[in-house]
Amino acid sequence: MRKKLNTIEEGTILLSGNEAVARGAWEYGVHFASAYPGTPSTEILETIAEEYDEIDAQWAPNEKVGLEVIAGASFAGARVLSAMKHVGLNVAADPLFTLSYIGATGGIVIISADDPGMHSSQNEQDNRLIGKAAKVVILEPSDSQEAKDMVGEGLRISEDFDTPVLLRLTTRICHSKSMVKLGPRKEESVKGYVGDIKKRVPIPAHARAMHSRVEKRLKDISAWGSEYSLNRIEKGDTSLGIITSGISYQYVKEVSPEASVLKIGISNPLPWNLIEKFINMVDRVVFVEENDPYLEENIKARFLIQADGKNIVPIEGELNPEIVRKAVHPGTSREIAFSEIELPARPPALCAGCPHRGAFYCLSKLGGSSTGDIGCYTLGLMPPHNALETTVCMGASIGVLAGIEKAVGREGMGKLVAAIGESTFVHSGITGLIDMVYNGNTGTVMIMDNSLTAMTGGQENPTTGKNLRGEPAPVLDLEKLVTACGVKHIRVVDPHDLPEMEKILKEEMNRDELSVIITKRPCIMAYRPIRKGVAEVDPDKCISCKLCMKLGCPAISWDGEKPEISRHLCWPDCDLCMQVCPVDAISKDMGGLT
Amino acid sequence: MKSVTNVIICGTGGQGILLASEVLCAAALHSGYDVKKSEVHGMSQRGGSVSSHVRFGEKIYSPLVEKGCADLILAMEKMESLRWSSYLAPHGKLVACDLAITPMTVNTGHAEYPDVNAIIERENLPVTLIPAVEIAGELGNLRVVNVVLIGAVSSHLPIDEDHWKKAIEERVPPKALEVNLEAFRKGRELFGN
Repeated sequence: MRKKLNTIEEGTILLSGNEAVARGAWEYGVHFASAYPGTPSTEILETIAEEYDEIDAQWAPNEKVGLEVIAGASFAGARVLSAMKHVGLNVAADPLFTLSYIGATGGIVIISADDPGMHSSQNEQDNRLIGKAAKVVILEPSDSQEAKDMVGEGLRISEDFDTPVLLRLTTRICHSKSMVKLGPRKEESVKGYVGDIKKRVPIPAHARAMHSRVEKRLKDISAWGSEYSLNRIEKGDTSLGIITSGISYQYVKEVSPEASVLKIGISNPLPWNLIEKFINMVDRVVFVEENDPYLEENIKARFLIQADGKNIVPIEGELNPEIVRKAVHPGTSREIAFSEIELPARPPALCAGCPHRGAFYCLSKLGGSSTGDIGCYTLGLMPPHNALETTVCMGASIGVLAGIEKAVGREGMGKLVAAIGESTFVHSGITGLIDMVYNGNTGTVMIMDNSLTAMTGGQENPTTGKNLRGEPAPVLDLEKLVTACGVKHIRVVDPHDLPEMEKILKEEMNRDELSVIITKRPCIMAYRPIRKGVAEVDPDKCISCKLCMKLGCPAISWDGEKPEISRHLCWPDCDLCMQVCPVDAISKDMGGLT
Repeated sequence: MKSVTNVIICGTGGQGILLASEVLCAAALHSGYDVKKSEVHGMSQRGGSVSSHVRFGEKIYSPLVEKGCADLILAMEKMESLRWSSYLAPHGKLVACDLAITPMTVNTGHAEYPDVNAIIERENLPVTLIPAVEIAGELGNLRVVNVVLIGAVSSHLPIDEDHWKKAIEERVPPKALEVNLEAFRKGRELFGN
């Protein structure tokens, strides 16, 4: 059996940025960690739970709670960590901005995993701007080794300067692997809780003094950071000086090995003295950074210099070596021997056997659609279902549906329902439902309960009966919760029972009162199939009606005349294609148990 | 030998691309190289296109392969082998599993699966198609398709056979080790030159 990583105290191994952060948390004595899953940050807490028993780690219902509980643990003198994707920091922004005033007792490191290129996100926000607005320290690693080291640096800065520290990662840091030197855990003691109202109760009289301390802190760290190795000048040819941070540093080193480089590791507060020295040292300054011109705008505003930045480096999308090469050394691109070929897109699809398929199939069949939310079920927008029309943020499906009704009435709303997963509902959908009840809305909310936080790879949540470590946990009863909100009509249905699913949807969409449908069936990642047969098409019986194709099942393809079902992809416990086939041309052994 | 080797492994979600790239990384590490790899998780699973960039050599900066610089592209699916064509170096090789998995856009009638062989001919692409599914089938385990393909490319990379085997041993459950090593041997024997 593979040894757990907390038994290995030396050597060099290949770790992803996320695994390196988990390792850093262990080595630098973090006691407690809390997070809500979100790509690309999810593996940080998963790795802590799997490898490092010394850290008490747990899933929070949302990022705000995650940050609040680590704040409390810090107040009691523990070293703490919370991790979230970039938009998660919006949810946690309320505690973040005031925690900045309160500061840290035990060190606080908050991971913001930004997603340039939007591999798995709804926007491309650059959280260096949030960190600066919140007046907290921002650290930006450029590989896994730095990601590990900066957890330790962050905890120390947090305690020495009494500030939360934001460790800003990006997808390419989180999910790239590079070499990391391992060390042992340095155990820190939990100092114990001591009340201090002037420090932790920001009534205006206290908060004014706190704000003064924050401004002084930023000046102190800027001066200190100019002398500290996290920010450094790599002197080369002084005709070109590149100011960069994070993954962009690696692309710069790749394409401009001769240039002088100012590598910014502490992005807030910026090391003004060091920056001034660099600007005076080089003939031409170029800013290479992903997404917003954060370094560029701040440094240009301070020193009033002429420099290239977003005029040559794109503001949209991820950077990569060829983009940086083109921007910094135009006319020197690599020879492209083979041209790009136009191919059909291969977008993600709901898995074969996915419980959501039954719900979207019925919704689509009834001519309905949905205000959607964040999760696998966002894929309900894709053909052939075409059954999802809006997505804003976690939990917004319910508020958006309510607002449409307020604007155009029940009639104008047509056949729209809200579609939200159970994890997202618990995260921040429940307040929307309370709003609907309180303000007299009549729509239908479909809580798609697959008992797993699935899109992020399959995590436990308060409804699943297990915690982050896979231990038994109390189950949040959604029916009782919805009842307590004041909803009178609640229906629970297996979305793979198509006739029942369709009937209930139809009834509730026609009802003049608020209702909730809980579609309950586990995600295929949550269990091993209990049956073993896979579906087969009898070509002699098949009438090529293509009804099975309307399921949008990735296991079913069309060979030009008949459907073909992949033995490899078909999910043994699913019989949706058999249910929709009008001539019983599809069969499988539903009795055989594995 | 040049200082950095660039590899892209691609295919569709669920094809074992992660394991293939982990084995490559481990084999490169055992050979004493600096190694970086990069892939994107999340939405790209669920049957979407998946790719993993692996770079190894004396010192690696970027975890991403630059366009026109891939020494080798290993594709677990036929059409996906074409998606990264512009990344291939002039001297590069493209090895692909002779397997077609139709994307949802084709199943729903919004696109057509291309004639991959015709494109390979038209673009003069240096592709070797390998019947890895059949070979894995003969070995009695369809899960080793990716290891057959690793075997097929193994002698095209500056990594000794022993380092490959050690990497496979480390990453495969003991029960499945023998069939995986056999898959590696088969791939290496049949397409090693």
